Amino acid sequence: MDFNDTPQEAGFRVQAREWIAANRPADWQNKAGGRDQDGIAISKAWQKKKYDAGWACIHWPKEFGGRGATPIERVIWSQEEGELGALSGLFIIGQGMCAPTIMAHGSQVAKARHVPKIASGEEIWCQLFSEPGSGSDLAGLRTRAEKQGDEWVINGQKIWTSGAHYSDYGILITRTDPTVAKHKGLTMFYLDMRSPGVTIKPIKQVSGRSDFNEVYFADVRIPDSQRLGEVGEGWKVSLTTLMNERLAVGGGFPTNFEEMFEMAKVIEDEDGPAIDNASVREKLADWYIRSAGLRNTSYRMISALSRGQAPGPEASISKLVLGVNRLNMASTMLDIQDAYGVISQKDLAVNGGQFHEIFFRAVAHRIEGGTDEILRNIIAERVLGLPGDIRVDKDLPFNKIPTGAN
Amino acid sequence: MNFEFSDDQKLLKEQARGFLQSKCSTKEVRRILDGKEPYHPELWKGVAEMGWLGASIPEEYGGLGLGYLELCVIAEELGRAVAPIPFSSTVYLFAEAVLIAGTEAQKQKYLPKVSEGAIIGALALSEGAGAVTPKTIKTSAAGGKLTGVKLPVTDGDVADYAVVAAKTGAGNDEGSISLFIVDMKGAGVKAEAVDTVDPTRSHARVSFDGAAAEPLGATGQGWAILDKVFDRAAVLYAFEQVGGSQAALEMARDYAMGRYAFGRPIASFQAIKHKLADMYVATELARSNSYYGAWALSTDAPELAIAAATARVSATEAYHECSKENIQVHGGMGFTWEFDCHLHYRRSKVLSLVLGSLPRWKDRLISRLEERNAA
Ligand SMILES: Cc1cc2nc3c(=O)[nH]c(=O)nc-3n(C[C@H](O)[C@H](O)[C@H](O)COP(=O)(O)OP(=O)(O)OC[C@H]3O[C@@H](n4cnc5c(N)ncnc54)[C@H](O)[C@@H]3O)c2cc1C
Ligand SMILES: Cc1cc2nc3c(=O)[nH]c(=O)nc-3n(C[C@H](O)[C@H](O)[C@H](O)COP(=O)(O)OP(=O)(O)OC[C@H]3O[C@@H](n4cnc5c(N)ncnc54)[C@H](O)[C@@H]3O)c2cc1C
Repeated sequence: MDFNDTPQEAGFRVQAREWIAANRPADWQNKAGGRDQDGIAISKAWQKKKYDAGWACIHWPKEFGGRGATPIERVIWSQEEGELGALSGLFIIGQGMCAPTIMAHGSQVAKARHVPKIASGEEIWCQLFSEPGSGSDLAGLRTRAEKQGDEWVINGQKIWTSGAHYSDYGILITRTDPTVAKHKGLTMFYLDMRSPGVTIKPIKQVSGRSDFNEVYFADVRIPDSQRLGEVGEGWKVSLTTLMNERLAVGGGFPTNFEEMFEMAKVIEDEDGPAIDNASVREKLADWYIRSAGLRNTSYRMISALSRGQAPGPEASISKLVLGVNRLNMASTMLDIQDAYGVISQKDLAVNGGQFHEIFFRAVAHRIEGGTDEILRNIIAERVLGLPGDIRVDKDLPFNKIPTGAN
Repeated sequence: MNFEFSDDQKLLKEQARGFLQSKCSTKEVRRILDGKEPYHPELWKGVAEMGWLGASIPEEYGGLGLGYLELCVIAEELGRAVAPIPFSSTVYLFAEAVLIAGTEAQKQKYLPKVSEGAIIGALALSEGAGAVTPKTIKTSAAGGKLTGVKLPVTDGDVADYAVVAAKTGAGNDEGSISLFIVDMKGAGVKAEAVDTVDPTRSHARVSFDGAAAEPLGATGQGWAILDKVFDRAAVLYAFEQVGGSQAALEMARDYAMGRYAFGRPIASFQAIKHKLADMYVATELARSNSYYGAWALSTDAPELAIAAATARVSATEAYHECSKENIQVHGGMGFTWEFDCHLHYRRSKVLSLVLGSLPRWKDRLISRLEERNAA
């Protein structure tokens, strides 16, 4: 066991470090992560710069703008990019989920035209999967696609579509045959988000922000050449997206342990700093061992990757552990402020309201990209080999499946 | 980065598992659980012959000099098998204390005997209910003689030698404590076994009445040495706990697959599936944290203080979770003496207490993070 780079890895690290040092953007911190014009512009500029120098999506093949980097090189790159990685959040869905789906199932034209632009950040993509009536049960979706000549006509509604309002394209899953069992009648496409008939309505979130949307389709026309995979094979295609999604969403959140720890030292009650309080210490310890556990689990994954092995099932635990624990710890950080913890106003709030934001954001972390319950099912079934849930609707034709009021 | 055990270490692990499957079946564990023997003598002998007792003891002291990673691998398998032998007391506590603080002569005297299985070692610290602190240690030493009562001492009834913590100075600060090696078969030592939650690991009340005591380390350094011993031992115990967690998880899974209720395997009920998923997550986090502890231990890294506490806390929690939920999955059967679930439930509690309780270790972890950040 060691944490040393091989000579080859060390060479790669130096190369990456030097390029980043020479090219890093100035004055980016306060704009990073913003989805306003400024935030998008600085993210796009950094992405394009990386792309031009061959540092974007480095694990992709050269023809798509990458450099065919190994998984371990990808890890080294992201370590070196460090905090600057916050500028790439805008592209996670396109690069992490949509592009892999296009590479696996798209036409040559689709790959050549779009994948390099996803790498360069010129195109932002979104994922049009969830619907009001089907989230976890994705295959229960109702958005219809009907063939008319060389085109498909789309009618229906998607919801929770992150970034739809600033996206150029989206990948879309639809029902093309409601008379067969639900997993069998699905077909995937991609489309221009500015197509006639597409209406995007932002949804105001618990956090007060609006990052996701309702997307309505009224006789939207998509050329058959923008189909991903065969007609009726949409479920299989969507699994490519979903498997990539868990990897993309899981690792993307920090544990914020150090900030919590510092804050517990600063906040005082009559007995001294909060960190001297036994119950606070115990909670911090609980959170530390989970944060460390995830970090150390990722080391195991990286080791497997660097030996050319696929990461084991340990990859599935990250989002499950992170979501609920981030939520609980943010709540604890408000608790230790006592009554003052209610204040979220940035100029008054402790730590500029960082933990108030997490308190709200973390509830979504437990839902997006597979809920806690769905993840437990996945671990139980795929990792531990337990039986699948009984599915009462599995073999019924889709249009004969009962529906509820909600 | 290479955060995995090597192929050789994995091979050692397979060998250890095979050996323990044949020599330490639950039937053998139950022989100790139900009988009067304090530990399993044939298994102890077999383990010595395999060289495991000296796995991390340097060759110059009669060991195999393999290293701590090899010892971790063995520990995991011993934990998995709920091995009823005084391995941890002898190897993680007694031998480590001698390695850390012993003179050359002491190392030459004790370590080869540990390696060949000729002696059993123990650590005598606790004297009553509540956490052990310099203040709670009343046993005292003066003029090479030791007097006091230690309770409980893991393997105190079978040990040939023990490292004993005693007061040598005035006051209750850490500097008031020193360590001694005592010949447990010598004059002035009386050991009687006591009943505990886990009869497969024996514990004793040990009375010292002017027993001959040989200093281990400098006077007043006892507490500091114990701190080091505990860090190392915490990682090794964590591997035993991870092995136990994994075994309990597998036992629960297998039972749930074969047990039918309401016309289905109980493994198909989500309440059971999610429970098993949570057991899996706890075990994986503990495993990863233990790996990090193993790395720090094997390289003597400054990170050891934090890594050891992290491994200790998460492995203790994982084993508790897995051993108790394994019983739950077994329903009424889990509460019977006949089913093996309680072997893990018992061992899990003993392992969580021998080095100090969970709240103590959580506190220790945060203290160390404070020290690190202050530095
Ligand atoms: C911040 C955020 C961003 C998102 N971005 C996108 C996006 O860009 N594109 C997109 O398509 N979607 C997106 N989603 C949608 C997300 O994928 C769904 O919300 C999620 O899959 C859950 O579906 P649902 O909301 O319909 O809840 P439901 O599926 O109705 O679940 C409700 C509750 O029932 C439980 N439940 C459901 N099925 C089972 C089961 N079989 N066993 C046990 N419990 C079950 C769930 O765990 C949950 O607790 C986003 C969601 C969030 C919160
Ligand atoms: C101390 C003790 C005293 C008892 N006294 C009596 C008595 O006096 N008279 C008597 O008749 N019985 C008695 N019992 C039996 C007791 O009622 C049963 O043990 C209990 O109902 C569980 O049944 P089981 O042991 O067969 O476990 P199982 O039913 O096999 O359950 C095994 C596991 O599967 C879970 N499980 C089972 N079905 C489901 C489901 N549908 N959904 C989710 N999880 C499920 C259970 O919760 C449990 O975790 C006693 C049991 C004990 C432990």
